Parts: sequence; structure tokens; C-alpha cells
Amino acid sequence: MSEKTKMAKPDTSAAPQATPKMKGDKVKVFYGNKQALMDVDLDIKPNEVTALIGPSGCGKSTFLRCLNRMNDVIDICRVEGKITLDDEDIYDSSLDPVQLRARVGMVFQKPNPFPKSIYDNVAYGPRIHGTAQSKADIDEIVESSLTKAGLFGEVKDRLLEPGTGLSGGQQQRLCIARAIAVNPEVILMDEPCSALDPIATAKIEELIDELRENYTIVIVTHSMQQAARVSQRTAFFHLGELVEVGDTEQIFTNPSDTRTQGYITGRFG
Amino acid sequence: MGANDHIVSSFDEDLESLKAKIAQMGGLVENQCEAAVRAVHRRDKALAQRVREADAPIDAFETEIEAMSLRLLALRQPLGGDLRTVVASLKIVSDLERIGDYAANIGKRAIVLSGLPEIPPANGIVRIGSLVQSLIKDVLDAYTDDNLELAVAAWHRDEDIDELYTSLFRELLTYMMEDPRNISASTHLLFIAKNLERMGDHATNIAETVHFQIKGTKMQADRPKGDDASYIVSLPE
Repeated sequence: MSEKTKMAKPDTSAAPQATPKMKGDKVKVFYGNKQALMDVDLDIKPNEVTALIGPSGCGKSTFLRCLNRMNDVIDICRVEGKITLDDEDIYDSSLDPVQLRARVGMVFQKPNPFPKSIYDNVAYGPRIHGTAQSKADIDEIVESSLTKAGLFGEVKDRLLEPGTGLSGGQQQRLCIARAIAVNPEVILMDEPCSALDPIATAKIEELIDELRENYTIVIVTHSMQQAARVSQRTAFFHLGELVEVGDTEQIFTNPSDTRTQGYITGRFG
Repeated sequence: MGANDHIVSSFDEDLESLKAKIAQMGGLVENQCEAAVRAVHRRDKALAQRVREADAPIDAFETEIEAMSLRLLALRQPLGGDLRTVVASLKIVSDLERIGDYAANIGKRAIVLSGLPEIPPANGIVRIGSLVQSLIKDVLDAYTDDNLELAVAAWHRDEDIDELYTSLFRELLTYMMEDPRNISASTHLLFIAKNLERMGDHATNIAETVHFQIKGTKMQADRPKGDDASYIVSLPE
């Protein structure tokens, strides 16, 4: 355990310490010669929302993208160290990244529904992963995923209309439904609300809190209020370094590191 | 821009004016405390009356500082040390306001006392009064200068006040038993002493709040407890 993680107040909420769902161990990321992440040790606990915060370019999105190997698609990107999902090394050569991304889903900053119907957007994953065969199975997955994403009531009469015709907030919930449809264990969210208005944001935040019961969530956000509202644990990144991680309440009321204090109070120079 | 300044400079101005207001209110409260004790000591009815009347501006400060704190919470959404500063200001103003009330109450009793025969324990009031005044002064200095050591040291001194109060309590009981004509004045002095002792308690609250504001944690040890007056009994022989 590094010095940084030691600083965090011990988590007393879950009595017997839950084993981490995902674990980053000395994670380094390079884009060409430039090192974007320095030895990040970070545990992601199950059924919790972990928020990653920090100024632009601090490495929080880079770390998030390592968790489902989204960085693989960037040629010049190199990942070192170890990241595990249920103690299984996700960078192991025997592991299929496509299967990994079914277990570790992702929701992006800008809602990006496929140019297909609402129904097909959600059915897409189960079809390509072959998790559902019959029409009835797929119907059920579509309905339950849309319901879990808090969208079903709003779209149930127009499932065959294009997903792109929905409002921004609805599109983002559609993307969450699409991520849920393949029954992932972890959901990564990269600033999922930054393109949404406050009401749509509140709906997503409410949804995140509900999803936590069944999924482990990691969210990158630029809004500290959002991190404070939705997460149980918060990790602060700066210049590629994980500066501090701890219970969200502690990070926002009494951070240990002066850099964290400087950032959350708006003093960062 | 210094390392400790906010990117949004008006946020710094807001926090600074909040601290400045509390310092001003603290100054008024210190004066009230000093004047109230002096009014008792000198049997100065006019001064006592002024102390009674000077409580209103203190209450006005409380209202103003509360409004400023609320505004800061609503508009700036402070976090970390800034959040603690605002929460601390809310707690400190209510302690200061209570101290001000006790001073006004002492003023009221000083008016009554000035018309009653003088009894010696009034000098004991001066001693407690000066301890309380220096305690209030130190906790306010600790607040203004973010001085943790001063706050902790002041906090420990409350014990002396409690002890002095207990001994004054005994002394007053003796006077009352000696001559029932002393009961009226002694009772007023007893309430005055109790008021001063309570002022000391509120000053220690402020010391605790300063500790919380600086460190983010509660003060560890238990509050000093030297006030045994509640357990003293005196039976006529």
C-alpha cells in the first residue's frame, strides 16, 4: 500500500472490509514518451460509487479508461502495472477485451445512442454477445434495462422510434440502459452529466444511486458537488498522481492533503 | 495571486468580511463583559444601564453574520476548510450572542445591587470577571489568527474559572447564613458569578470551534470540569 492510500481514513461503513471489485496496482500509463499516470494504487469497492476528481489533464479519465481497456484502441498508449477485476488480471493476454467490456460497461460524456430505434439500441449488446436468443428474451431485457435506467415509462409507446430523437437527458439514460442490458458488473461513467441540464442531471444522479445496489460504479466528474452527492468514495488526481482517496465525506470536509484542499475549495493555482 | 487565494477572488473577500464581522462582534462582547463587571464593582448604575442597552447591537451582529454565512453556503458552496470556516462562524456567533446576553443580565443585576448594602464578595466577582475576560480575549485572538495553541491553552483555563466560581459560591453561602439581610445581594452576586462562569463555558465552546475549524476534528480530551458548586450543601448548625 502506498503512502497516499494510507492517508485515507479507514472505511468503517462496511463492517467486514469488502474485497475490492477492481484493484489498480502501480498503474502507469504512457502516451508515447509522456507519462500520464504515475503508480496509481486504487481499490474500487463493490456496490459503491467511486468518484474520480481532479483538474483537466490530471489522469482521471485515463485511469477510468484503463479499467475496461478502452486505451487499447490508442496506438501510442502503453499501460503498465496491474489491474484486476475480481482478482483476475484484465490485461492478461488470454482475456478477451470484448468480454471484459461486457462486464465493465461504459457511459460517455456525450450521449451517443446508435442511429437505431430505442429498442435496438438496448437490444444491440445482448444480441452481439449472444446472451439472449429469442424475441421474448430480448423484449424482456429491453424492458428491464429501460426500467432500471428510469426511462421505460417515458418511451414505452415509442420503442421503435430513433434513439437520437430523445432529449439529451433521455439519450444519456438510454445509453445507461444500453450499458446495463449486457448485465455488467461495473459501470464506468465519464462525465455522464456534463452535457445535461440540472433536471436531467438530477435524474441521472438519482439513477446512479439506485444502480449502486446492483452494480459497482466509477464516475469521472468535473463537478465536485456531483462527486459529493453521488459517491461514497472519492479519489483526487493531480498531474497523473493519485493524491488522496477516502470517504467522500472526509474528502470534502477535511481532506488530508493540501493539494486536495486547494482543489476542492477552488484555490488551485 | 497567493497559494492560499481562491481563483474567484470575491470568495476570499466574502470569507474575509465574515471573519472581520466576527472580530468586530467579539470586540463588542469583550467590552460588554468588562463594563458589566466594572459596573458591579463600582456600583455604577449609569454604566450598568448602558451595558443593558448595548446588547441590541450585538444581537444585530448575530443576525447579520448568520445572513452572511447563509449567503456564502448558498452561493459559494464552500468545501473543506472553507466549509468549516462558515460552519464555525455560525457556531461562534451564537456563543458570542449568549455571552452578550449574560453581560446584559449582569448589567441588570448591577442596577439592583447598587441600591443594596455592599457586601465583600463583590470583589470575588472582579477576579472571576478578569479571568473570563482574558479567556474571551484569547479565544477571539485564536480565532482571528487561526492560532491553535492559543485556543487549546485558553480552553484549559476554563477550569480555573470553575474553581473560583465554586469557592465564591461557598463564600456567599457563608454570608447568607451570617445575616439574612445579605441574602438579597448575595443571591444577585451568585447569579452574576454563575453568568460569568457560563460565559467561560461559551468561550471554551469557541475554543473548541476554533480547533474544529483549523484541524477538522473535535478536541480530544473531555471539557475541563471544575465547577462543583452544584454539589455543595450547607446546613444551618
